Amino acid sequence: MKYLHYPGCSLKGSGRAYEESLLAVYEALGVSVEELDDWNCCGATAYMAVDELKAFALAARNLALAEGQHAGQNGDDGGACLVAPCSACFLVLSKAKRYMEEYGEVGRRINEALAAAGLPYQGRIAIRHPLDLFINDVGLPAIAARVRRPLHGLRVACYYGCQLVRPYATFDDQFDPQTMDRLLRALGAETVDWPLKTRCCSGSLTGTIPDVGLHLNHILLKEARRHGANVVATACPLCQFNLECFQDRMSRRYGREIHTPVLYFTQLMGVALGLPDKTLGLQRLFVPLNKDQIQPEGVQHVGV
Amino acid sequence: MRDRPITREVKYEAELQPRFGQRIASIPGNEKLSSCIQCGTCSGTCPLSIYMDYTPRRIIAMTRAGFKDEVLSSFTIWLCASCYACTVECPKEIGITDIMYALKRYAIQEGACRKRFPISVLAREFFGAVLKYGRSPEGRVLLRLYLKSNPFQMLRNSRLGLRLLMRGRFGLGADSIRQKDQLRTLMRTIDYNNGNGRSVSTEGRPV
Repeated sequence: MKYLHYPGCSLKGSGRAYEESLLAVYEALGVSVEELDDWNCCGATAYMAVDELKAFALAARNLALAEGQHAGQNGDDGGACLVAPCSACFLVLSKAKRYMEEYGEVGRRINEALAAAGLPYQGRIAIRHPLDLFINDVGLPAIAARVRRPLHGLRVACYYGCQLVRPYATFDDQFDPQTMDRLLRALGAETVDWPLKTRCCSGSLTGTIPDVGLHLNHILLKEARRHGANVVATACPLCQFNLECFQDRMSRRYGREIHTPVLYFTQLMGVALGLPDKTLGLQRLFVPLNKDQIQPEGVQHVGV
Repeated sequence: MRDRPITREVKYEAELQPRFGQRIASIPGNEKLSSCIQCGTCSGTCPLSIYMDYTPRRIIAMTRAGFKDEVLSSFTIWLCASCYACTVECPKEIGITDIMYALKRYAIQEGACRKRFPISVLAREFFGAVLKYGRSPEGRVLLRLYLKSNPFQMLRNSRLGLRLLMRGRFGLGADSIRQKDQLRTLMRTIDYNNGNGRSVSTEGRPV
């Protein structure tokens, strides 16, 4: 099966460390991926707030392109798979596909427009997330076997955010997701049990209404710490941005020092697999990961 | 919105617009609007309800009853960050997030948003930029957001912008797709075949 990689806009900009680390981890694990050619923005939450049909059409162009690219290489084997690492992309693409299937009128009108633009679409593409792929296709034993530097000493709060598991829970539990926790434990980290793993990070409100956005993110970081975490792991570029980039402002505003590294789960995977920092975009972090926290426990190391 | 004069809060039934609720309920994903039992689970679940002028439960009741002006000029619909917590918790399986989206679109069409209200400005700027380039030029969209809503915010965020720039996480360039014509044809066909009045032009006004 060939995986088509759908980066989305953020992974080429503010969230580029997510793409860098993801591609490095894919390579290290022998997962072969190819970028979807000429992909366009998924529309995120803003498109749906302006025009519903155009939002679906925008997302559907990617689905049609993916089908075309897959069929061009593999013939019509029906196994096309579009992997979207960003939670918003993952949801928007999944939602467009569902609405086209469930609402005849939506499907008809989008297909008409796709056909007019020379984009035949049969609805046979599957939309998946890298977490799903790592857990269910690669498998935890295969990943654990490649660990070079177990993440002993890291106590990770896995933060799934909202749109990865809501409203559609396709590969994990909607109320208490576990895939990221299982993955990070397989890498040697400890994961903390905390209640806010799917609570909203406020999306773009940190930019539009900072009073509201910063408060929500402060609560998340404070609770992660209170439950013993020394690192937060995310699977979404907006969550990562919100949780990491405003920590100095939160410290001033809420009168307590906030200094918690917030990494993409793929960056932590890369560290455990022993990949070089640069390939994981670790230099792009505002709050660096303190690697001294990772104890060489269980590793036989003889100093000379 | 913010500087609302003191008005009579309770409406006479004759002043309501019940067709407003029917119209919202006719949109895909919003069908179950009328089955709301007013339990308040949505308001209790919503991480933003403490900032809203009307809680989600009230918005649902008001939409259904036809309080069109109040609903469309509320902060509530724009504060909804689409986290879908209410949607998955609702015991009557009402697509509350989708209803909020429908109300946002309606508010833009009716011009019910304050001109410089940052959340709706962002939605429209993002929409326009993606229509033009096929991708979202994060830096440019942000810049236009601040110019059109609150230029002072740009100054406040300049240090953050610089730090992002130094880490290669921010730029003012615009990455664009190759087949822009294809995207344009796609969107024009949607406009052309649009008979139900829900679709709006790039400027966010009814076509």
